[in-house]
Amino acid sequence: MAAAATTVGDRSARAVRRPSLAWTGTLPFLCYVGIFLLLPTGIVLWGAISKPTGHGLTLSNLKLLGSSAARGFFLNSVELSAITALVGALLGAVLAYAVASGNPNGVVRRIFLAGSGVLAQFGGVTLAFAFNAAIGPSGGFLTHATWYYDFPQGIGLIYIYFQIPLMVLVFLPAVDGLKVQWREATENLGGSTLQFWRHVGGPLLAPAFLGCTLLLFANALSAYATIVAWENQISYVVTQQISVAMTSEVGLSSANEAQVLALGMVVVVALVMTAYALLQRRTARWLR
Amino acid sequence: MAEVTPLAGGTALLEETPARPRRMQTRRRRRLNLFRYVVFVAFGLFFVLPIYAMVRFSLQGVKPGEYSLKAWRQIASSPDLVGAIEITLELAIITCVVVLLLLVPTMIWVRLRVQWISRTVEFLCLLPLTIPAIVLVVGLAPVYRTIRQHAGLSALQLFWAYAILALPYAYRALAAGLDAIDIKTLSEAARSLGANWLTVMWRIIAPNIRQALLNATLLTGALVLGEFTIASLLLYTNLQVELYNISRATLNAGVLFATSAAALIFTFVLLLILSFAGRRRRGRG
Repeated sequence: MAAAATTVGDRSARAVRRPSLAWTGTLPFLCYVGIFLLLPTGIVLWGAISKPTGHGLTLSNLKLLGSSAARGFFLNSVELSAITALVGALLGAVLAYAVASGNPNGVVRRIFLAGSGVLAQFGGVTLAFAFNAAIGPSGGFLTHATWYYDFPQGIGLIYIYFQIPLMVLVFLPAVDGLKVQWREATENLGGSTLQFWRHVGGPLLAPAFLGCTLLLFANALSAYATIVAWENQISYVVTQQISVAMTSEVGLSSANEAQVLALGMVVVVALVMTAYALLQRRTARWLR
Repeated sequence: MAEVTPLAGGTALLEETPARPRRMQTRRRRRLNLFRYVVFVAFGLFFVLPIYAMVRFSLQGVKPGEYSLKAWRQIASSPDLVGAIEITLELAIITCVVVLLLLVPTMIWVRLRVQWISRTVEFLCLLPLTIPAIVLVVGLAPVYRTIRQHAGLSALQLFWAYAILALPYAYRALAAGLDAIDIKTLSEAARSLGANWLTVMWRIIAPNIRQALLNATLLTGALVLGEFTIASLLLYTNLQVELYNISRATLNAGVLFATSAAALIFTFVLLLILSFAGRRRRGRG
């Protein structure tokens, strides 16, 4: 109570002394973010709708997104992201349940949790090299799989490697929220395992599961390093094509191609992440 | 959660009823355990195998079945690679310092004095999660053209962009730490004893969020060590870009796998420290 009194007294005194310039304390942060986050984003948006000559605005650049080539990249991106998100989410959910149903302070849980934290971040070129060593042509330690260089399968397998741990990390809190008592209540009422999952556990976890799947989708959509290290000759997905458009003049022969494709990606990711945030809020209602 | 029957009470209740539900429960427990161990072994194999294959390949000798440390020793004898490793480690340190200097005072200040701006700051910090790095780099290219003209060509300039990439992770780590302590009371106590704002931040609040500072540092460091997209597209050479170049240019896969494995193990250790340090802390508190 004394603290509250101090705050009130303090504030009124300050209000007389200076008309709150306290917000200027956040100015360094705001400037930094402005220059290195908001300005680049603005440059992308501006580039996407400005004329190739540099003067004036036009929406004709955006026609590129409707071209068959660009559509192909986006479709590939969505296909790869959807497959790896779904498979990663299903497998990750199974693993999360196995982890959550054990001793909450046990060694197994600790190892899998720590490992997931590490592996979810382990994208990048090294991951592709590891798979090269395991099943690719340079190593072929397990088997020299011919499908390793086919588009959705080969790279999909590599993506799933980091999608599963990410799913474990984001989905585990929801699974932990399932009370043992609910299961017991179902059993005491004569319900079977199947009935528990169909009528109690499933509906409770569904929003969280859907939300996490969307997060995985966005994660796969934005990935770039892994797929470039896996295949650097052919562009399959949007991120690859953005880099081609950026580094060479040989793109889809269209003005500001990189910016337009980037804008397309921002729109897709923003939509997905908004849906994710809404579903997370829905989950949070019963989680705590 | 007071209204939910605790687990112990639930078992006591079961003892009064006939044996049937109980037997069902023990059977279920056995089935569950079987399921868990099958899952753990299967996933464990999936996660370990590629890394094992990479390490094994890096240790392969000239003849099959022979093992040598030649590839690992070659890391040190390649000046390009050593240079890239140095640059990347320096970048990791610089980025950590910049992120902490940028975020810690701002977040404390916002919590103490300018609450109304906190939603904006949070939004800005989490924004990089929704802007893929490849999109950011398209917009950063003109910004970096200016930086190259005025501040030189060194790859160390990458820290400007890396600090942005690290913002969401560092922010969440620090927010968790700051939420756990009562900074309002702490700072009011310190202020009324005559401390200035710098003292409040450096000597009162920072020691109280040591764990959060460590978490933010480790996450940022791990992110910088693994970053490829921005460095590659802005034509700078860091460790990951150098590894990529090696993979394209030479037939010497051994040194590639050795360096990748080394980088990976290093990151592993960093993040393992993170998760275990964090756990122990929570366990005690």
